[in-house]
Amino acid sequence: MNSFGILAALMVVPLLFAGAVAFLPAKNAKHIALAGTLLACVFGAAAAWMFPWSMSDTPQLTSEAEWIPALGIKFALGADGVSMALILLTLLLGPICVACSFTAITERERTYYAWLLVLQAAMTGVFAAQDLVLFYICFEFTLIPMYFLISLYGSTNRRKAAIKFFLYTFVGSVVALAGFVFVAWSHASANAGQWTFDVAALQKTAAGLEPSTQGWVLLALMLGFAVKVPLFPVHTWLPLAHTEAPTAGSVVLAGVLLKLGTYGMLRFAMPYAPLAFAEYAPLMATLCIVGILYGGLICWVQQDVKKLVAYSSVAHLGFCILGMVALNNTGLRGSVLYMINHGLSTGGLFLLIGMVYERFHTRDMRELGGLAARMPVWSSFMVFFAMASVGLPGLNGFVSEFMCLMGTFQASPLWSGGVCTISGDATPGASIGGNLGPIYAAIAGLGMIIAAMYILMMVGKVVWGPLKIPGGHGDHGHADHGHDSHDGSHGVLPRDLSFREVAVLMPLAVCCVWLGVYPKPALEAIDPAVRHVLQTVHSAGKPAPTIQGDLGTSEPAVREADKSEVER
Amino acid sequence: MIERLAYLWPEIALFVTTCVVMVLGLSPSRPTRKLSAVVSGFGVLAALVLAVLTTPHGDAVTHPGGQTLLPDLPRYAKVVIAGVGLLLLMLAAGTVDRADEDRIAAGVQKFDPLRSNRAEFYAFFLFSLTGLMLCASASDLVWLFLALELTSLPSYIMVAISTSRARSQEASVKYFFLGAMGAAIFLMGFVFIYGGTGSTNLNVIAESIARSGVNSITMLGLLLSFIGLGFKIAAVPMHFYTADVYEGAAPQVSAFLAFVPKTAGFIAMALLAAAVGWTHGPEGQSLPPEIRMTLWVMAALTMTVGNVLAIWQTSIKRMLAYSSIAHSGYMLVGLIAGPGAGPGAENGLSAVMFYLLAYGVTNAGAFAVLACLERRQADGEPIEIDRFADLKGLCKTHPVLGWVMVLCALSLLGFPPLLGFFAKVPLFTSGIAAGEIPLVIVLGVNSAIAAFYYLRLVQASFLEAPDRDVAPMDVAPFASRQAAGVLSATGVVLLVAASGWLFAQSGRAGTPDRRDDRGVIRTPTEKPADGRFEATP
Repeated sequence: MNSFGILAALMVVPLLFAGAVAFLPAKNAKHIALAGTLLACVFGAAAAWMFPWSMSDTPQLTSEAEWIPALGIKFALGADGVSMALILLTLLLGPICVACSFTAITERERTYYAWLLVLQAAMTGVFAAQDLVLFYICFEFTLIPMYFLISLYGSTNRRKAAIKFFLYTFVGSVVALAGFVFVAWSHASANAGQWTFDVAALQKTAAGLEPSTQGWVLLALMLGFAVKVPLFPVHTWLPLAHTEAPTAGSVVLAGVLLKLGTYGMLRFAMPYAPLAFAEYAPLMATLCIVGILYGGLICWVQQDVKKLVAYSSVAHLGFCILGMVALNNTGLRGSVLYMINHGLSTGGLFLLIGMVYERFHTRDMRELGGLAARMPVWSSFMVFFAMASVGLPGLNGFVSEFMCLMGTFQASPLWSGGVCTISGDATPGASIGGNLGPIYAAIAGLGMIIAAMYILMMVGKVVWGPLKIPGGHGDHGHADHGHDSHDGSHGVLPRDLSFREVAVLMPLAVCCVWLGVYPKPALEAIDPAVRHVLQTVHSAGKPAPTIQGDLGTSEPAVREADKSEVER
Repeated sequence: MIERLAYLWPEIALFVTTCVVMVLGLSPSRPTRKLSAVVSGFGVLAALVLAVLTTPHGDAVTHPGGQTLLPDLPRYAKVVIAGVGLLLLMLAAGTVDRADEDRIAAGVQKFDPLRSNRAEFYAFFLFSLTGLMLCASASDLVWLFLALELTSLPSYIMVAISTSRARSQEASVKYFFLGAMGAAIFLMGFVFIYGGTGSTNLNVIAESIARSGVNSITMLGLLLSFIGLGFKIAAVPMHFYTADVYEGAAPQVSAFLAFVPKTAGFIAMALLAAAVGWTHGPEGQSLPPEIRMTLWVMAALTMTVGNVLAIWQTSIKRMLAYSSIAHSGYMLVGLIAGPGAGPGAENGLSAVMFYLLAYGVTNAGAFAVLACLERRQADGEPIEIDRFADLKGLCKTHPVLGWVMVLCALSLLGFPPLLGFFAKVPLFTSGIAAGEIPLVIVLGVNSAIAAFYYLRLVQASFLEAPDRDVAPMDVAPFASRQAAGVLSATGVVLLVAASGWLFAQSGRAGTPDRRDDRGVIRTPTEKPADGRFEATP
């Protein structure tokens, strides 16, 4: 079908505007950047409208061009339901990141906005790539803009944070590249030396590899993706990078860049090494749970609000991966939804913290307190996003967290043989795969309690309680943020949030409520793609009849679809 | 013999230019002397055009005329050599006699042809390129040895005359003695190969090895040759000179040293390995185990030593020297992997050829930045910069040079989507396809280690603020050096778009002759029973 290269346009538009930002006068930089991201949003809306959501189990809106035929490298774009959802998240965060920096960035503006736009193009490319090398190029290339954003516009310890961020991710992904090339070679040697890096073609080959070989492939790919997520033992770059990055950098980092890791796991690690993934699912789940508890406990003792939110990302992403390694529909859909929800709520929290930092130049909970009395609008948003993040029912965090835990709970041999209708939503493959079970879910559930503790403690200190402001005695709050606007062009920031700041937060808040109250459209949108991934995992290495037996509890229509998948 | 000449037009053009330049540089008239650089440029350009027009494609090469082990190599190599040579020549402007010329222009001093080095410098430059081109067309060990020496000997002198300081001369002496040792080792190797196979002709050697295997004398010869050639490519354990020599020479000459001898070494190694053939080993898919093991260890050590030592350097030139060692290690992976089934992702030789091009282009840019920047010393003589601290804030103070440095450093790191990345991918693919997975992992880990020191270049030029208490640097008054840097950075970005085509070219260059005696091209899957060259029917 004709896609008019709409996905390519989503990458080209920010790049063109990045060029414009870089070469036009600096005083217009932010407006051009905003226009660029908004235009990208318009294109994104068009893409979402054109997108055939019902057929989104395989890549749609595809377009491709030859690049290096000798190596089988193509410039191929396309998106399935999951990719499209994450692309839309990226596009939504684009203008927000630009608009939240209007007053915070006063030096080297052109460089800043240009890199922000380039970063957006690269992230879109990661989600849209249908060629492994193109994916890898975009995946790696996100490092450069982020490296510059952190090390030029971050706070005191920014150089160290940027280098650490770069090296960790780079080391991991070079190993992942070796894994990709290995898979491509396996494909080539099985297909008379025809090299290709086509994502779908390689998946078929990779899933048929020997289980022990799959273990190595999984190890290589996970080294790349686990660092990016970050999973427990390799998470140490994240708090530093998050804390030191400028606000927009933290928002992009939490909102999208971490999702590159989870997306990579979903798109590559899982379907490329399905047997190994199922085999090592308990190990990965254990790492997730350690991350959830350990991250949560560290949050509890933080004094720096931003660091607290940064560590909470480690815990949250633990839930996300836990849902994924449950290897059933509930868990996986919860995981994908979690990727989006975490982007919205943590993004919102970082924005709010950035706004306070712009006013008071501190994020220390010992120096801040009782802001409700002074900044009621800010405080309402803070409470709102904190609740969304902690998983208050009715807001978005709850839905995905619950689904992840539910998936983990169901992913147990205990429920096989008809018991798996426990949720009423008899999902296909509820009982197969992950090999986790109630114990994993129960321990991970503790994480929710810890999350409630640290978030409420933070909200209690910063929003409620007696008013504490660094250097201020309550009234002349305007005087102590004069540095922000030393060039005089922005005026003094109001005591509470300005219209621009509210406009930045509002879209996120609306999405949080929407996904919390009525997540059905979103869940339906990602369902075909998630089913497709699960299908590839569960059909690997098993004779077909077993699968159909396992899927016996699903609706007939789905079973028909699954059958035809298997036969294909 | 005369039909040979048809393959040598680029070399002839270079040689003729050399003779002209040698005379021009000694002219008492200043404008005429200045012409020597321009004429050299036109000579290299002519060689480039002649290489494209006259060097035949592999399928047109007949046995008595040209090099037939890698029949398409000469054409590809000559074009690349002339192209990168042009960049290096632009970079070399004003390397020698600058102080003298300034004094002559000021009327302080009269021109003295005995003290002038200009003619020698450009002539040696062109001689070295000639030798390099001859390497690619070598079909005989004697020819190969002479070509290698023609490449190297001028470079020893270029190092010595590149600056007027004593350290250049010290570097040159070190380089010469160790180079002579390396040459002695591979010459010894060539002698043993002759002793073991009874011929110096590479085709005959290849046939002999295909017929009766590698006997122990030949094996000794081959091992000595590979180790000796390790000097040319600066591979461990023959790498000790590299850092000192690169540091001692002017940066333009270091750029030359990083490309020209390395290319010569890899071409010679590729030809020798092609003569042995990748049809040995337990599965008949690799070099003989002894050679494979030697190269394997060399590759792993070279990458690791180069990268690890590069981290600790404070001098940029030393750092680039160690990184150049590391790049040789990467390329050895492609050599070990061999040509696979022909052009394509599994062809390690073509990966090496492509990498040489990418490295030549990128490296010229990195050194161009160093060559462009200088500080006046107390005595008024300019000294080129060499410390990381000197690069601070380069993107602010000299935006063009700063961005050249950032782009080239990232490309050397192999960061996508720059040229260096596309050069590294085929090394990965061919290495894995040849079953050298541990070596590819070493390659991957080393690529990651390289981030430590290449990022320092990026960090210093783009992120740090310029030092306020240090006098700003001058830009050397040679526009062509800057142009070389800009060209190189442009190439790093834009050649990516052409990489499909370039890779197809290097794929042909890295594919050994697959014709039988009747000129029928063998299909890649069909393997002759007794080796690459069938015995006469």
